[in-house]
Amino acid sequence: MTGEPIIQVKNLTAGYGSTVILKGINFDVRAGEILTILGGSGSGKSTLLKNMIGLTKPLSGSVLIEGVDVVTAEGQERLDVLRKIGVAYQSGALFGSMTILSNIALVLEEFTDLPREAIEVIAQMKLKAVGLQAAAYKMPAELSGGMRKRAAIARALSLDPKILFLDEPSAGLDPITSAQLDELVLELSQSLGITFVIVTHELASIFAVADRAIMVDRESKTIIADGRPKDLRDKSEHPMVRQFFSRRLEKGNA
Amino acid sequence: MGIMDGTEQATFRLEPGRDGQATLTLTGRLDRDSTASLWRQSTDRLRELRPKRLIVQVGAVEYCDAAGISLLMEYKRILEQNEGQIEIRDLQPQFQQLMALFEIDHQVLPPKSLGPVANAVHNLGRWAADLFSDFTAQVSFTGEICAKLLKTVLHPGRLRRQDTFLMAEKAGVNAMGITALLGFLIGLILAFQSAAAMQNFGAEIFVADLVAIALFRELGPLITALVLASRSGSAFAAELGTMKVNEEIDALVTMGLDPVQFLVLPRLIAAVCMLPLLTMFNLLFGLIGCGVVMTTWDIPISTYIERISAAATLGDIFGGLAKTFVFGTLIAGIGCLRGLQTGTGPSAVGDSATRAVVSGIIAIVVADGVFAVIYYFLGI
Ligand SMILES: Nc1ncnc2c1ncn2[C@@H]1O[C@H](COP(=O)(O)OP(=O)(O)O)[C@@H](O)[C@H]1O
Ligand SMILES: [Mg+2]
Repeated sequence: MTGEPIIQVKNLTAGYGSTVILKGINFDVRAGEILTILGGSGSGKSTLLKNMIGLTKPLSGSVLIEGVDVVTAEGQERLDVLRKIGVAYQSGALFGSMTILSNIALVLEEFTDLPREAIEVIAQMKLKAVGLQAAAYKMPAELSGGMRKRAAIARALSLDPKILFLDEPSAGLDPITSAQLDELVLELSQSLGITFVIVTHELASIFAVADRAIMVDRESKTIIADGRPKDLRDKSEHPMVRQFFSRRLEKGNA
Repeated sequence: MGIMDGTEQATFRLEPGRDGQATLTLTGRLDRDSTASLWRQSTDRLRELRPKRLIVQVGAVEYCDAAGISLLMEYKRILEQNEGQIEIRDLQPQFQQLMALFEIDHQVLPPKSLGPVANAVHNLGRWAADLFSDFTAQVSFTGEICAKLLKTVLHPGRLRRQDTFLMAEKAGVNAMGITALLGFLIGLILAFQSAAAMQNFGAEIFVADLVAIALFRELGPLITALVLASRSGSAFAAELGTMKVNEEIDALVTMGLDPVQFLVLPRLIAAVCMLPLLTMFNLLFGLIGCGVVMTTWDIPISTYIERISAAATLGDIFGGLAKTFVFGTLIAGIGCLRGLQTGTGPSAVGDSATRAVVSGIIAIVVADGVFAVIYYFLGI
């Protein structure tokens, strides 16, 4: 189920101050697609993600979400763009002074006219979808790392976004939880048609969910591979790409 | 005869039937906005009607998101409360998937809180227990610090010298500006205020006696200690608290490094060495402040200085400075203890810093009172 480009990254150069991390990045994400961003640690995956959601200003180039430039958008236009996306951060970034339920209810309270009990039901539904309903009234500090990640995804879902950005959702999770998370991504993609941009290292999840993968490289600071995960594994010429897929695969098979 | 209502986007129609049966028909788009407007009306009507069996017709719903599903969940809950049955009919397949994903069989309730009286009793007991455990923690921490301080004095090589100097710079050198300013202003104000009384007797010169003794014995050490408590006591608590929250303290312990030796002693030693020096600095500027006022009354500087040396004894000065060693120990010890006691969560560090300053100030004032009694009996 892929269609029009929903995100367009055009000639993006990203970095911090005068340090360039990525340069000349060009790619589109099509509506309904599940895209994974691969790359070694420190290769700039999170940086790319932060640029795509307009959190960090690109050094040059632009990022369009449904045709609106996330960098220059202001006021209502910017809010509209933000309403379309949900982000689950690498560390969870749950608000520690609120219960898990309130974390999810927060944006619903701020941005909708739904009555209190509706918000409560919706928040519990989102939590149920990630398998965390029982922890609704716990504080973030009382949850394990994996639970926090799932809660972060539930929070990202709270406004029914069109696009969901996940930064290393399965890092630090056990294989079963990680597989459940993949299942969740597929379900959300099929039932809600959500577009996913997922930063991940997990080969198993890449093959399980991704329609497409792009790989960024620290040395060349560019995208060194773009295609279906299977094709990248079987056909890529690039040594880094082969290494990424094969070395892990060897380990995985052992 | 049905009740029909809604918005342009979505409508609902509730039709009572035979035998307590009812049909609720939803049409249109069930998104956040339309659900928000349907919610109250439709659930209120449903509660009034109390059907034994409800059929929800959703065949004509063209769009439905999580908000729409939540509305169906709410109908289900209302029916369950009234011991009725619910049947959701003709939900389109793509929304059925959504329903499967989000459907909840029951709502998790918030943990029960106690009633107001029980709560007050609970809090009182909690408060008393906390106070007691706080006190014992303080005592055992003081003991630990003393033991380790003694060890460090015997083996000075074990002290982290660089950290100690860094802390001395932060807590001492960087506080010189504010200490001087406060000293100057206090000297100035004190001289000015007491002048009013003294001038009635033509005894302006005795302002020097008053200011010097007040500063040396009480105000200088006290004000400087308050500066240290608010600048550095809070900083110590925040630094150690952040380390605690990030599990850095645990990392130290598992590496076999003692947090007290490694983190607390450098701060303690720095504070204890710096506070007396800062106090002297504060006193100097206090006297200068007073001197400025005296010169406006045409009293020569030399007379002023003579007056001070006649009025204040060495006992006054050293009695005041002796207190600062105790104040410094209290401030650094409490700051570090509060830091190490930091709980979890983002507000924990802030709470620790606040607690460090509050208990630091209380400790200073209490210690000052104890000194006053001791000095009285010793005749200093
Ligand atoms: N806020 C920042 N300021 C400066 N450099 C940063 C910042 N965040 C990340 N970096 C640098 O950018 C590079 C890419 O980081 P990141 O995008 O987090 O990598 P990844 O997510 O792929 O592991 C790293 O070399 C990192 O040191
Ligand atoms: Mg990262």
